[in-house]
Amino acid sequence: MTSSEKSNGNDPVGIDAEQIEYLEQLARIRLTPDEKVRTRRDLSSILEYIEKLNELRTDDIEPLSHTVPMAPVFREDRAVNGDRRIEILRNAPEQKDGCFKVPKTVE
Amino acid sequence: MTNFETVMGIEVHVELSTESKIFCGCSAAFTVEANGHVCEGCAGMPGTLPALNRKVVEYAIRAGLALNCEISKFSRFDRKNYFYPDLPAAYQITQLYHPICKNGHLDILTEGAKKSIGINRIHIEEDAGKLVHDSWDDCSLVDYNRCSVPLIEIVSEPDFRTAGEVVAYLEKLKSTLQYLGVSDCKMQEGSMRADINISVRPVGAEKFGVRTEMKNMASLKSIARAIDGESARHIEVIEAGGTLCQETRRWDDNKNRSYAMRSKENAHDYKYFPDPNLMPVIVGEDDIRNIRETLPELQEEKKARYIREFELPEYDADILTGSKHLVDVFERTVEICKNPKDASNWVMTELMKLLNEAQLQPEDMHFRPDSLGEILLMISEGKINRSVGKKTLAAVLETDILPKDYVEQNGLLQVSDAGAIEPVIREVLDQNEKAVSEYLGGNERNIQFLIGQSMKALRGKGDPQVIRELLVALLNDRKKG
Ligand SMILES: [Zn+2]
Repeated sequence: MTSSEKSNGNDPVGIDAEQIEYLEQLARIRLTPDEKVRTRRDLSSILEYIEKLNELRTDDIEPLSHTVPMAPVFREDRAVNGDRRIEILRNAPEQKDGCFKVPKTVE
Repeated sequence: MTNFETVMGIEVHVELSTESKIFCGCSAAFTVEANGHVCEGCAGMPGTLPALNRKVVEYAIRAGLALNCEISKFSRFDRKNYFYPDLPAAYQITQLYHPICKNGHLDILTEGAKKSIGINRIHIEEDAGKLVHDSWDDCSLVDYNRCSVPLIEIVSEPDFRTAGEVVAYLEKLKSTLQYLGVSDCKMQEGSMRADINISVRPVGAEKFGVRTEMKNMASLKSIARAIDGESARHIEVIEAGGTLCQETRRWDDNKNRSYAMRSKENAHDYKYFPDPNLMPVIVGEDDIRNIRETLPELQEEKKARYIREFELPEYDADILTGSKHLVDVFERTVEICKNPKDASNWVMTELMKLLNEAQLQPEDMHFRPDSLGEILLMISEGKINRSVGKKTLAAVLETDILPKDYVEQNGLLQVSDAGAIEPVIREVLDQNEKAVSEYLGGNERNIQFLIGQSMKALRGKGDPQVIRELLVALLNDRKKG
Protein backbone atom coordinates (compact mmCIF):
# COMPACT_ATOMS: atom_id res chain seq x y z
CA MET A 1 0.00 0.00 0.00
CA THR A 2 1.69 3.17 -1.15
CA SER A 3 -0.51 5.50 0.86
CA SER A 4 0.63 4.06 4.19
CA GLU A 5 4.19 5.07 3.36
CA LYS A 6 3.34 8.71 3.85
CA SER A 7 2.48 8.34 7.53
CA ASN A 8 3.57 11.22 9.75
CA GLY A 9 6.74 11.08 11.83
CA ASN A 10 5.39 10.82 15.36
CA ASP A 11 3.17 7.87 14.45
CA PRO A 12 5.31 5.14 12.79
CA VAL A 13 2.56 2.89 11.45
CA GLY A 14 -0.31 5.27 11.84
CA ILE A 15 -2.96 6.51 9.51
CA ASP A 16 -3.24 10.21 8.78
CA ALA A 17 -6.41 12.26 8.56
CA GLU A 18 -6.23 12.29 4.78
CA GLN A 19 -6.28 8.50 4.63
CA ILE A 20 -9.30 8.40 6.90
CA GLU A 21 -11.15 10.61 4.44
CA TYR A 22 -10.05 8.39 1.57
CA LEU A 23 -11.34 5.29 3.36
CA GLU A 24 -14.56 7.14 4.10
CA GLN A 25 -15.04 7.68 0.38
CA LEU A 26 -14.12 4.11 -0.55
CA ALA A 27 -16.48 2.64 2.05
CA ARG A 28 -19.24 5.13 1.17
CA ILE A 29 -19.70 6.18 4.80
CA ARG A 30 -19.71 9.57 6.50
CA LEU A 31 -17.96 10.05 9.84
CA THR A 32 -18.44 12.88 12.33
CA PRO A 33 -15.26 14.75 13.36
CA ASP A 34 -15.30 12.86 16.63
CA GLU A 35 -15.68 9.49 14.84
CA LYS A 36 -12.81 10.40 12.54
CA VAL A 37 -10.50 10.86 15.50
CA ARG A 38 -11.59 7.61 17.08
CA THR A 39 -11.41 5.61 13.83
CA ARG A 40 -7.94 6.95 13.18
CA ARG A 41 -6.82 5.94 16.66
CA ASP A 42 -8.41 2.46 16.40
CA LEU A 43 -7.09 1.69 12.94
CA SER A 44 -3.63 2.89 13.91
CA SER A 45 -3.53 0.59 16.88
CA ILE A 46 -4.76 -2.34 14.77
CA LEU A 47 -2.01 -1.65 12.22
CA GLU A 48 0.55 -1.41 14.97
CA TYR A 49 -0.58 -4.78 16.29
CA ILE A 50 -0.37 -6.40 12.86
CA GLU A 51 2.99 -4.75 12.28
CA LYS A 52 4.43 -7.29 14.73
CA LEU A 53 4.37 -9.80 11.89
CA ASN A 54 6.93 -7.78 9.96
CA GLU A 55 9.46 -8.62 12.66
CA LEU A 56 9.39 -12.26 11.57
CA ARG A 57 11.69 -13.43 8.80
CA THR A 58 9.52 -15.07 6.15
CA ASP A 59 11.91 -15.04 3.18
CA ASP A 60 12.06 -18.83 2.85
CA ILE A 61 8.48 -19.55 3.68
CA GLU A 62 5.92 -20.16 0.97
CA PRO A 63 2.79 -18.03 1.33
CA LEU A 64 -0.13 -19.93 2.79
CA SER A 65 -3.39 -19.55 0.98
CA HIS A 66 -5.52 -21.21 3.59
CA THR A 67 -5.07 -22.12 7.24
CA VAL A 68 -6.51 -25.62 6.94
CA PRO A 69 -5.33 -27.91 4.19
CA MET A 70 -8.50 -28.90 2.36
CA ALA A 71 -9.21 -30.17 -1.11
CA PRO A 72 -11.40 -27.84 -3.15
CA VAL A 73 -15.07 -28.71 -3.06
CA PHE A 74 -16.70 -28.62 -6.46
CA ARG A 75 -20.35 -28.41 -7.32
CA GLU A 76 -21.61 -30.30 -10.37
CA ASP A 77 -23.02 -28.09 -13.13
CA ARG A 78 -26.72 -28.47 -12.53
CA ALA A 79 -29.36 -25.75 -12.35
CA VAL A 80 -31.32 -26.81 -9.28
CA ASN A 81 -32.85 -23.50 -8.20
CA GLY A 82 -36.29 -22.63 -9.50
CA ASP A 83 -37.85 -19.24 -10.07
CA ARG A 84 -37.86 -17.51 -6.67
CA ARG A 85 -38.54 -14.00 -7.86
CA ILE A 86 -41.26 -13.20 -5.35
CA GLU A 87 -39.19 -14.34 -2.35
CA ILE A 88 -35.97 -12.72 -3.53
CA LEU A 89 -37.63 -9.41 -4.34
CA ARG A 90 -38.93 -9.24 -0.76
CA ASN A 91 -35.37 -8.26 0.11
CA ALA A 92 -35.45 -5.25 -2.17
CA PRO A 93 -35.73 -1.88 -0.42
CA GLU A 94 -38.21 -1.00 -3.18
CA GLN A 95 -39.21 -2.82 -6.34
CA LYS A 96 -40.53 -1.93 -9.76
CA ASP A 97 -41.26 -4.08 -12.84
CA GLY A 98 -39.82 -7.17 -11.14
CA CYS A 99 -36.55 -5.35 -10.46
CA PHE A 100 -34.72 -4.01 -7.43
CA LYS A 101 -35.35 -0.28 -7.44
CA VAL A 102 -32.35 1.80 -6.39
CA PRO A 103 -31.38 5.48 -6.50
CA LYS A 104 -30.39 6.59 -9.96
CA THR A 105 -26.86 5.43 -10.70
CA VAL A 106 -25.08 6.40 -13.88
CA GLU A 107 -21.51 5.59 -14.80
CA MET B 1 4.62 15.57 -40.19
CA THR B 2 5.08 12.56 -37.91
CA ASN B 3 3.74 9.18 -38.84
CA PHE B 4 2.00 7.44 -35.99
CA GLU B 5 1.30 3.79 -35.33
CA THR B 6 -1.54 2.51 -33.20
CA VAL B 7 -0.79 0.00 -30.46
CA MET B 8 -3.62 -2.06 -29.00
CA GLY B 9 -4.30 -4.80 -26.49
CA ILE B 10 -7.67 -6.48 -26.02
CA GLU B 11 -9.54 -7.74 -23.02
CA VAL B 12 -12.31 -10.11 -24.01
CA HIS B 13 -15.01 -11.20 -21.58
CA VAL B 14 -16.77 -14.39 -22.58
CA GLU B 15 -19.81 -15.85 -20.83
CA LEU B 16 -19.39 -19.60 -20.45
CA SER B 17 -22.31 -21.72 -21.60
CA THR B 18 -22.70 -23.72 -18.42
CA GLU B 19 -26.11 -24.85 -17.26
CA SER B 20 -25.78 -23.19 -13.85
CA LYS B 21 -24.03 -20.13 -12.42
CA ILE B 22 -20.48 -20.16 -11.13
CA PHE B 23 -21.09 -20.33 -7.36
CA CYS B 24 -24.76 -21.33 -6.92
CA GLY B 25 -27.38 -23.62 -8.46
CA CYS B 26 -29.27 -20.91 -10.34
CA SER B 27 -29.71 -21.32 -14.08
CA ALA B 28 -27.17 -19.39 -16.15
CA ALA B 29 -29.48 -19.32 -19.18
CA PHE B 30 -30.75 -16.04 -20.54
CA THR B 31 -34.34 -15.26 -19.57
CA VAL B 32 -36.59 -12.28 -20.15
CA GLU B 33 -38.15 -12.59 -16.69
CA ALA B 34 -36.12 -10.18 -14.54
CA ASN B 35 -34.69 -11.76 -11.37
CA GLY B 36 -36.14 -15.17 -12.29
CA HIS B 37 -32.72 -16.84 -11.89
CA VAL B 38 -31.65 -15.44 -8.56
CA CYS B 39 -31.07 -16.96 -5.11
CA GLU B 40 -29.65 -15.63 -1.83
CA GLY B 41 -26.15 -16.56 -3.00
CA CYS B 42 -26.02 -14.63 -6.27
CA ALA B 43 -28.05 -11.81 -4.69
CA GLY B 44 -25.06 -11.31 -2.38
CA MET B 45 -26.85 -11.88 0.92
CA PRO B 46 -24.73 -12.19 4.04
CA GLY B 47 -24.22 -15.71 5.34
CA THR B 48 -24.25 -17.46 1.97
CA LEU B 49 -21.24 -19.45 0.79
CA PRO B 50 -19.97 -19.93 -2.77
CA ALA B 51 -19.55 -23.47 -4.17
CA LEU B 52 -17.45 -23.56 -7.32
CA ASN B 53 -18.98 -25.08 -10.47
CA ARG B 54 -16.58 -27.80 -11.70
CA LYS B 55 -17.44 -27.17 -15.34
CA VAL B 56 -16.28 -23.56 -15.14
CA VAL B 57 -12.75 -24.71 -14.33
CA GLU B 58 -12.91 -27.35 -17.06
CA TYR B 59 -14.11 -24.83 -19.67
CA ALA B 60 -11.45 -22.29 -18.71
CA ILE B 61 -8.77 -24.98 -19.10
CA ARG B 62 -10.22 -26.05 -22.48
CA ALA B 63 -9.99 -22.45 -23.66
CA GLY B 64 -6.46 -22.16 -22.24
CA LEU B 65 -5.26 -25.30 -24.03
CA ALA B 66 -6.75 -24.20 -27.35
CA LEU B 67 -5.02 -20.82 -26.94
CA ASN B 68 -1.68 -22.49 -26.24
CA CYS B 69 -1.51 -21.36 -22.61
CA GLU B 70 0.30 -22.76 -19.62
CA ILE B 71 -2.32 -24.15 -17.23
CA SER B 72 -1.66 -23.17 -13.62
CA LYS B 73 -1.49 -26.10 -11.22
CA PHE B 74 -2.49 -23.65 -8.52
CA SER B 75 -4.97 -20.84 -9.01
CA ARG B 76 -7.04 -18.89 -6.56
CA PHE B 77 -9.92 -16.46 -6.27
CA ASP B 78 -9.71 -12.86 -5.10
CA ARG B 79 -12.30 -10.26 -4.23
CA LYS B 80 -12.41 -7.04 -6.19
CA ASN B 81 -14.22 -4.55 -4.00
CA TYR B 82 -16.37 -1.72 -5.27
CA PHE B 83 -19.83 -0.32 -4.71
CA TYR B 84 -22.20 -0.36 -7.60
CA PRO B 85 -25.82 -1.56 -7.62
CA ASP B 86 -25.19 -4.23 -10.27
CA LEU B 87 -22.89 -5.98 -7.78
CA PRO B 88 -25.00 -6.85 -4.75
CA ALA B 89 -22.17 -8.34 -2.63
CA ALA B 90 -20.11 -5.16 -3.21
CA TYR B 91 -17.29 -7.34 -4.49
CA GLN B 92 -16.70 -9.37 -7.61
CA ILE B 93 -14.98 -12.73 -7.31
CA THR B 94 -12.14 -12.88 -9.84
CA GLN B 95 -8.56 -14.15 -10.16
CA LEU B 96 -6.06 -11.30 -9.92
CA TYR B 97 -2.94 -12.89 -8.47
CA HIS B 98 -3.14 -16.48 -9.66
CA PRO B 99 -5.06 -16.81 -12.95
CA ILE B 100 -5.91 -20.27 -14.25
CA CYS B 101 -4.04 -19.84 -17.59
CA LYS B 102 -0.99 -17.79 -18.64
CA ASN B 103 1.36 -17.09 -21.55
CA GLY B 104 -0.49 -18.36 -24.59
CA HIS B 105 -0.87 -17.21 -28.15
CA LEU B 106 -3.35 -17.25 -31.02
CA ASP B 107 -2.25 -17.09 -34.64
CA ILE B 108 -4.24 -14.91 -37.00
CA LEU B 109 -4.14 -14.28 -40.73
CA THR B 110 -4.31 -10.70 -41.99
CA GLU B 111 -3.66 -9.60 -45.52
CA GLY B 112 -2.29 -13.06 -46.22
CA ALA B 113 0.36 -12.84 -43.51
CA LYS B 114 0.38 -14.92 -40.33
CA LYS B 115 0.79 -13.11 -37.04
CA SER B 116 1.02 -14.54 -33.56
CA ILE B 117 -0.90 -12.61 -30.90
CA GLY B 118 0.30 -13.13 -27.33
CA ILE B 119 -2.23 -14.09 -24.67
CA ASN B 120 -1.07 -12.69 -21.35
CA ARG B 121 -3.59 -14.54 -19.20
CA ILE B 122 -7.04 -16.07 -18.93
CA HIS B 123 -8.81 -15.78 -15.62
CA ILE B 124 -12.16 -16.89 -14.26
CA GLU B 125 -14.62 -14.40 -12.79
CA GLU B 126 -18.30 -13.81 -12.21
CA ASP B 127 -20.49 -11.48 -14.24
CA ALA B 128 -22.43 -8.58 -12.70
CA GLY B 129 -26.15 -7.85 -12.92
CA LYS B 130 -27.89 -5.55 -15.35
CA LEU B 131 -28.79 -1.99 -14.51
CA VAL B 132 -31.50 -0.16 -16.42
CA HIS B 133 -32.00 3.55 -15.95
CA ASP B 134 -35.58 4.58 -15.61
CA SER B 135 -35.69 8.21 -16.63
CA TRP B 136 -39.45 8.39 -16.06
CA ASP B 137 -39.08 7.58 -12.37
CA ASP B 138 -35.55 9.01 -12.04
CA CYS B 139 -34.27 5.77 -10.54
CA SER B 140 -32.32 2.69 -11.61
CA LEU B 141 -33.73 -0.83 -11.86
CA VAL B 142 -31.57 -3.88 -11.23
CA ASP B 143 -31.96 -7.38 -12.66
CA TYR B 144 -29.59 -9.89 -11.03
CA ASN B 145 -30.14 -12.74 -13.53
CA ARG B 146 -26.71 -12.23 -15.06
CA CYS B 147 -25.08 -11.84 -11.68
CA SER B 148 -22.64 -14.74 -11.07
CA VAL B 149 -22.91 -16.13 -14.58
CA PRO B 150 -19.41 -17.53 -15.19
CA LEU B 151 -17.01 -15.55 -17.36
CA ILE B 152 -13.50 -15.96 -18.57
CA GLU B 153 -11.49 -12.86 -19.33
CA ILE B 154 -8.88 -13.33 -22.05
CA VAL B 155 -6.20 -10.63 -21.89
CA SER B 156 -3.95 -10.19 -24.91
CA GLU B 157 -0.51 -8.61 -25.11
CA PRO B 158 -0.37 -5.17 -26.80
CA ASP B 159 0.37 -6.87 -30.12
CA PHE B 160 -2.20 -5.25 -32.39
CA ARG B 161 -1.36 -2.46 -34.86
CA THR B 162 -4.46 -2.26 -37.08
CA ALA B 163 -8.22 -2.61 -36.78
CA GLY B 164 -7.98 -5.46 -39.30
CA GLU B 165 -5.78 -7.45 -36.92
CA VAL B 166 -8.19 -6.86 -34.05
CA VAL B 167 -11.17 -8.04 -36.10
CA ALA B 168 -9.26 -11.12 -37.34
CA TYR B 169 -8.31 -11.97 -33.75
CA LEU B 170 -11.85 -11.61 -32.44
CA GLU B 171 -13.25 -13.72 -35.29
CA LYS B 172 -10.68 -16.43 -34.66
CA LEU B 173 -11.28 -16.31 -30.92
CA LYS B 174 -15.03 -16.55 -31.44
CA SER B 175 -14.79 -19.51 -33.78
CA THR B 176 -12.29 -21.27 -31.48
CA LEU B 177 -14.49 -20.87 -28.40
CA GLN B 178 -17.56 -22.00 -30.36
CA TYR B 179 -15.70 -25.09 -31.60
CA LEU B 180 -14.74 -25.84 -28.01
CA GLY B 181 -18.38 -25.49 -26.99
CA VAL B 182 -17.48 -23.25 -24.04
CA SER B 183 -19.45 -20.18 -25.16
CA ASP B 184 -21.91 -19.10 -27.84
CA CYS B 185 -19.97 -15.81 -28.20
CA LYS B 186 -22.87 -13.61 -29.31
CA MET B 187 -21.57 -10.06 -29.35
CA GLN B 188 -24.99 -8.48 -29.88
CA GLU B 189 -26.35 -10.26 -26.82
CA GLY B 190 -23.28 -9.48 -24.75
CA SER B 191 -22.02 -13.03 -24.22
CA MET B 192 -18.75 -11.85 -25.82
CA ARG B 193 -17.53 -8.34 -25.01
CA ALA B 194 -14.28 -6.76 -26.08
CA ASP B 195 -12.58 -3.77 -24.45
CA ILE B 196 -9.76 -2.26 -26.48
CA ASN B 197 -6.75 -0.58 -24.87
CA ILE B 198 -5.47 1.85 -27.41
CA SER B 199 -2.50 4.22 -27.69
CA VAL B 200 -0.51 5.81 -30.49
CA ARG B 201 3.22 6.51 -30.84
CA PRO B 202 5.49 7.89 -33.55
CA VAL B 203 6.59 5.07 -35.87
CA GLY B 204 9.88 3.70 -34.56
CA ALA B 205 9.39 4.91 -30.98
CA GLU B 206 9.77 2.30 -28.25
CA LYS B 207 7.80 3.96 -25.50
CA PHE B 208 4.03 3.42 -25.53
CA GLY B 209 1.80 6.48 -25.64
CA VAL B 210 -0.90 7.25 -23.06
CA ARG B 211 -3.61 4.64 -23.42
CA THR B 212 -7.37 4.85 -23.18
CA GLU B 213 -9.73 1.94 -22.74
CA MET B 214 -12.67 1.74 -25.14
CA LYS B 215 -15.88 0.06 -24.04
CA ASN B 216 -19.41 -0.44 -25.36
CA MET B 217 -18.85 -1.85 -28.83
CA ALA B 218 -21.54 -4.37 -29.76
CA SER B 219 -20.23 -5.64 -33.09
CA LEU B 220 -17.01 -6.17 -35.00
CA LYS B 221 -17.91 -3.29 -37.31
CA SER B 222 -18.43 -1.00 -34.35
CA ILE B 223 -15.06 -2.09 -32.93
CA ALA B 224 -13.30 -1.26 -36.20
CA ARG B 225 -14.95 2.17 -36.25
CA ALA B 226 -14.09 2.78 -32.59
CA ILE B 227 -10.41 1.98 -33.25
CA ASP B 228 -10.22 4.33 -36.22
CA GLY B 229 -12.10 7.08 -34.39
CA GLU B 230 -10.12 6.84 -31.17
CA SER B 231 -6.66 6.62 -32.75
CA ALA B 232 -7.51 9.66 -34.89
CA ARG B 233 -8.53 11.49 -31.71
CA HIS B 234 -5.21 10.59 -30.04
CA ILE B 235 -3.18 11.83 -33.00
CA GLU B 236 -5.21 15.03 -33.17
CA VAL B 237 -4.64 15.78 -29.47
CA ILE B 238 -0.90 15.07 -29.74
CA GLU B 239 -0.44 17.13 -32.89
CA ALA B 240 -2.29 20.05 -31.33
CA GLY B 241 0.21 19.90 -28.46
CA GLY B 242 -2.35 18.66 -25.96
CA THR B 243 -2.07 15.84 -23.43
CA LEU B 244 -4.08 12.64 -23.32
CA CYS B 245 -5.45 11.34 -20.11
CA GLN B 246 -5.46 7.66 -19.16
CA GLU B 247 -9.14 6.90 -18.83
CA THR B 248 -12.00 4.63 -19.79
CA ARG B 249 -14.13 5.87 -22.65
CA ARG B 250 -17.47 4.79 -23.99
CA TRP B 251 -17.85 4.49 -27.75
CA ASP B 252 -21.03 5.96 -29.21
CA ASP B 253 -21.46 4.21 -32.52
CA ASN B 254 -24.27 6.50 -33.68
CA LYS B 255 -22.30 9.67 -33.12
CA ASN B 256 -19.07 7.97 -34.24
CA ARG B 257 -17.06 9.33 -31.30
CA SER B 258 -16.03 8.37 -27.78
CA TYR B 259 -16.89 9.95 -24.45
CA ALA B 260 -14.98 9.80 -21.19
CA MET B 261 -16.97 7.78 -18.68
CA ARG B 262 -17.60 9.56 -15.42
CA SER B 263 -15.05 7.69 -13.36
CA LYS B 264 -16.30 5.91 -10.30
CA GLU B 265 -14.69 7.79 -7.45
CA ASN B 266 -11.27 6.31 -6.69
CA ALA B 267 -12.33 3.46 -8.93
CA HIS B 268 -8.84 2.08 -9.23
CA ASP B 269 -8.52 1.16 -5.57
CA TYR B 270 -10.29 -2.17 -5.52
CA LYS B 271 -8.49 -3.44 -2.37
CA TYR B 272 -8.12 -6.92 -3.80
CA PHE B 273 -7.65 -9.74 -1.32
CA PRO B 274 -7.94 -13.55 -1.49
CA ASP B 275 -11.51 -14.78 -1.01
CA PRO B 276 -11.50 -16.61 2.30
CA ASN B 277 -14.60 -18.63 1.36
CA LEU B 278 -13.05 -20.35 -1.63
CA MET B 279 -10.28 -22.94 -1.65
CA PRO B 280 -7.50 -22.67 -4.20
CA VAL B 281 -8.05 -24.63 -7.41
CA ILE B 282 -5.49 -27.41 -7.73
CA VAL B 283 -5.16 -28.92 -11.21
CA GLY B 284 -3.15 -32.11 -11.78
CA GLU B 285 -1.30 -33.31 -14.88
CA ASP B 286 -3.96 -35.99 -15.27
CA ASP B 287 -6.77 -33.43 -15.29
CA ILE B 288 -5.02 -31.44 -17.98
CA ARG B 289 -4.33 -34.55 -20.08
CA ASN B 290 -7.95 -35.67 -19.80
CA ILE B 291 -9.22 -32.31 -20.97
CA ARG B 292 -6.66 -32.13 -23.77
CA GLU B 293 -7.85 -35.51 -25.06
CA THR B 294 -11.40 -34.22 -25.44
CA LEU B 295 -10.45 -31.11 -27.46
CA PRO B 296 -12.29 -31.16 -30.80
CA GLU B 297 -10.76 -30.64 -34.24
CA LEU B 298 -10.29 -26.86 -34.43
CA GLN B 299 -10.59 -24.54 -37.41
CA GLU B 300 -7.13 -24.92 -38.91
CA GLU B 301 -7.05 -28.71 -38.82
CA LYS B 302 -10.59 -28.87 -40.15
CA LYS B 303 -9.85 -26.46 -42.97
CA ALA B 304 -6.79 -28.46 -44.01
CA ARG B 305 -8.85 -31.65 -43.94
CA TYR B 306 -11.64 -30.13 -46.06
CA ILE B 307 -9.10 -29.09 -48.69
CA ARG B 308 -7.34 -32.47 -48.61
CA GLU B 309 -10.28 -34.84 -48.23
CA PHE B 310 -13.11 -32.98 -49.95
CA GLU B 311 -10.96 -31.04 -52.45
CA LEU B 312 -12.72 -27.79 -51.58
CA PRO B 313 -11.14 -24.50 -52.71
CA GLU B 314 -9.20 -22.83 -49.89
CA TYR B 315 -11.54 -19.83 -49.89
CA ASP B 316 -14.62 -22.03 -49.41
CA ALA B 317 -12.93 -24.12 -46.72
CA ASP B 318 -11.97 -20.93 -44.92
CA ILE B 319 -15.50 -19.48 -44.89
CA LEU B 320 -17.12 -22.80 -43.93
CA THR B 321 -14.78 -23.48 -41.02
CA GLY B 322 -15.02 -19.88 -39.84
CA SER B 323 -18.25 -20.73 -38.08
CA LYS B 324 -18.99 -23.80 -35.98
CA HIS B 325 -22.64 -23.44 -36.99
CA LEU B 326 -21.88 -23.64 -40.71
CA VAL B 327 -19.59 -26.60 -40.02
CA ASP B 328 -22.37 -28.45 -38.22
CA VAL B 329 -24.79 -27.97 -41.12
CA PHE B 330 -22.13 -28.77 -43.73
CA GLU B 331 -20.87 -31.96 -42.09
CA ARG B 332 -24.36 -33.32 -41.50
CA THR B 333 -25.27 -32.50 -45.11
CA VAL B 334 -22.22 -34.40 -46.40
CA GLU B 335 -23.17 -37.38 -44.26
CA ILE B 336 -26.62 -37.47 -45.81
CA CYS B 337 -25.99 -36.58 -49.46
CA LYS B 338 -22.43 -37.98 -49.72
CA ASN B 339 -21.42 -35.15 -52.01
CA PRO B 340 -19.06 -32.70 -50.24
CA LYS B 341 -18.66 -30.37 -53.22
CA ASP B 342 -22.39 -30.01 -53.71
CA ALA B 343 -22.92 -29.55 -49.97
CA SER B 344 -20.25 -26.88 -49.85
CA ASN B 345 -21.70 -25.06 -52.86
CA TRP B 346 -25.14 -25.00 -51.33
CA VAL B 347 -23.89 -23.72 -47.98
CA MET B 348 -21.57 -21.17 -49.60
CA THR B 349 -24.07 -19.79 -52.09
CA GLU B 350 -27.71 -20.54 -51.27
CA LEU B 351 -27.56 -20.70 -47.47
CA MET B 352 -25.22 -17.70 -47.16
CA LYS B 353 -27.40 -15.70 -49.57
CA LEU B 354 -30.51 -16.44 -47.51
CA LEU B 355 -28.70 -15.55 -44.29
CA ASN B 356 -27.50 -12.26 -45.76
CA GLU B 357 -30.96 -11.39 -47.03
CA ALA B 358 -32.46 -12.06 -43.61
CA GLN B 359 -29.50 -10.29 -41.95
CA LEU B 360 -28.81 -13.34 -39.82
CA GLN B 361 -25.54 -14.69 -38.46
CA PRO B 362 -24.85 -18.43 -38.82
CA GLU B 363 -25.48 -18.81 -35.07
CA ASP B 364 -29.02 -17.54 -35.57
CA MET B 365 -30.00 -20.52 -37.74
CA HIS B 366 -32.45 -22.76 -35.96
CA PHE B 367 -33.39 -25.59 -38.29
CA ARG B 368 -32.88 -29.35 -38.16
CA PRO B 369 -29.30 -30.00 -39.26
CA ASP B 370 -30.58 -32.82 -41.50
CA SER B 371 -32.75 -30.58 -43.68
CA LEU B 372 -30.21 -29.35 -46.21
CA GLY B 373 -28.93 -32.90 -46.77
CA GLU B 374 -32.47 -34.11 -47.36
CA ILE B 375 -33.08 -31.37 -49.92
CA LEU B 376 -29.90 -32.28 -51.82
CA LEU B 377 -30.88 -35.92 -51.72
CA MET B 378 -34.30 -35.12 -53.24
CA ILE B 379 -32.54 -33.19 -56.02
CA SER B 380 -30.05 -35.93 -56.80
CA GLU B 381 -32.88 -38.49 -56.84
CA GLY B 382 -34.76 -36.33 -59.33
CA LYS B 383 -37.71 -35.74 -56.98
CA ILE B 384 -37.35 -31.96 -57.12
CA ASN B 385 -35.34 -29.62 -59.31
CA ARG B 386 -32.71 -27.16 -58.07
CA SER B 387 -34.94 -24.11 -58.01
CA VAL B 388 -37.57 -25.93 -55.94
CA GLY B 389 -34.64 -26.98 -53.72
CA LYS B 390 -33.75 -23.32 -53.18
CA LYS B 391 -37.35 -22.43 -52.35
CA THR B 392 -37.52 -25.34 -49.92
CA LEU B 393 -34.31 -24.23 -48.18
CA ALA B 394 -35.74 -20.73 -47.75
CA ALA B 395 -38.87 -22.23 -46.15
CA VAL B 396 -36.78 -24.47 -43.89
CA LEU B 397 -34.70 -21.51 -42.72
CA GLU B 398 -37.83 -19.55 -41.94
CA THR B 399 -40.07 -22.14 -40.28
CA ASP B 400 -37.94 -25.30 -39.84
CA ILE B 401 -40.55 -27.25 -41.82
CA LEU B 402 -39.55 -30.78 -42.94
CA PRO B 403 -38.36 -30.45 -46.58
CA LYS B 404 -40.49 -33.47 -47.58
CA ASP B 405 -43.61 -31.87 -46.07
CA TYR B 406 -42.96 -28.52 -47.73
CA VAL B 407 -42.55 -30.11 -51.15
CA GLU B 408 -45.67 -32.27 -50.75
CA GLN B 409 -47.88 -29.56 -49.26
CA ASN B 410 -47.02 -27.18 -52.08
CA GLY B 411 -47.21 -29.79 -54.85
CA LEU B 412 -43.62 -29.19 -55.91
CA LEU B 413 -42.59 -32.71 -56.86
CA GLN B 414 -40.69 -32.59 -60.12
CA VAL B 415 -42.49 -33.36 -63.36
CA SER B 416 -40.11 -35.42 -65.50
CA ASP B 417 -42.70 -37.38 -67.43
CA ALA B 418 -42.25 -36.42 -71.08
CA GLY B 419 -45.91 -37.19 -71.75
CA ALA B 420 -46.95 -34.51 -69.27
CA ILE B 421 -44.34 -31.98 -70.37
CA GLU B 422 -44.71 -32.22 -74.14
CA PRO B 423 -48.19 -30.62 -74.52
CA VAL B 424 -47.07 -27.73 -72.32
CA ILE B 425 -44.02 -27.14 -74.51
CA ARG B 426 -46.03 -27.27 -77.69
CA GLU B 427 -48.23 -24.53 -76.28
CA VAL B 428 -45.21 -22.44 -75.33
CA LEU B 429 -43.83 -22.76 -78.85
CA ASP B 430 -47.15 -21.68 -80.34
CA GLN B 431 -47.30 -18.65 -78.07
CA ASN B 432 -43.74 -17.52 -78.80
CA GLU B 433 -43.53 -17.56 -82.54
CA LYS B 434 -41.00 -14.72 -82.72
CA ALA B 435 -38.51 -16.49 -80.46
CA VAL B 436 -39.04 -19.72 -82.32
CA SER B 437 -38.45 -18.20 -85.75
CA GLU B 438 -35.34 -16.40 -84.48
CA TYR B 439 -34.07 -19.70 -83.10
CA LEU B 440 -34.72 -21.42 -86.37
CA GLY B 441 -32.99 -18.51 -88.10
CA GLY B 442 -29.81 -19.32 -86.15
CA ASN B 443 -30.14 -17.48 -82.82
CA GLU B 444 -29.68 -20.59 -80.68
CA ARG B 445 -29.43 -18.59 -77.48
CA ASN B 446 -33.21 -18.22 -77.60
CA ILE B 447 -33.44 -21.76 -76.28
CA GLN B 448 -32.81 -20.37 -72.76
CA PHE B 449 -35.81 -18.09 -73.07
CA LEU B 450 -37.99 -20.96 -74.23
CA ILE B 451 -36.79 -23.19 -71.39
CA GLY B 452 -37.68 -20.41 -68.97
CA GLN B 453 -41.16 -20.00 -70.45
CA SER B 454 -41.75 -23.76 -70.30
CA MET B 455 -40.57 -23.94 -66.71
CA LYS B 456 -42.90 -21.09 -65.84
CA ALA B 457 -45.81 -22.90 -67.52
CA LEU B 458 -44.95 -25.97 -65.42
CA ARG B 459 -45.03 -23.78 -62.30
CA GLY B 460 -41.30 -24.32 -61.70
CA LYS B 461 -41.61 -28.04 -61.21
CA GLY B 462 -40.37 -29.32 -64.56
CA ASP B 463 -37.22 -31.37 -64.92
CA PRO B 464 -34.90 -28.92 -66.75
CA GLN B 465 -33.06 -31.75 -68.49
CA VAL B 466 -36.25 -33.25 -69.92
CA ILE B 467 -37.56 -29.82 -70.93
CA ARG B 468 -34.37 -29.03 -72.83
CA GLU B 469 -34.33 -32.36 -74.64
CA LEU B 470 -37.99 -32.08 -75.66
CA LEU B 471 -37.57 -28.47 -76.78
CA VAL B 472 -34.58 -29.29 -78.95
CA ALA B 473 -36.42 -32.24 -80.47
CA LEU B 474 -39.62 -30.29 -81.20
CA LEU B 475 -37.70 -27.32 -82.61
CA ASN B 476 -35.71 -29.63 -84.86
CA ASP B 477 -38.99 -31.09 -86.12
CA ARG B 478 -40.11 -27.57 -87.07
CA LYS B 479 -36.78 -26.91 -88.75
CA LYS B 480 -37.29 -29.93 -90.95
CA GLY B 481 -40.98 -29.28 -91.37
ZN1 LIG C 1 -28.08 -18.01 -7.39
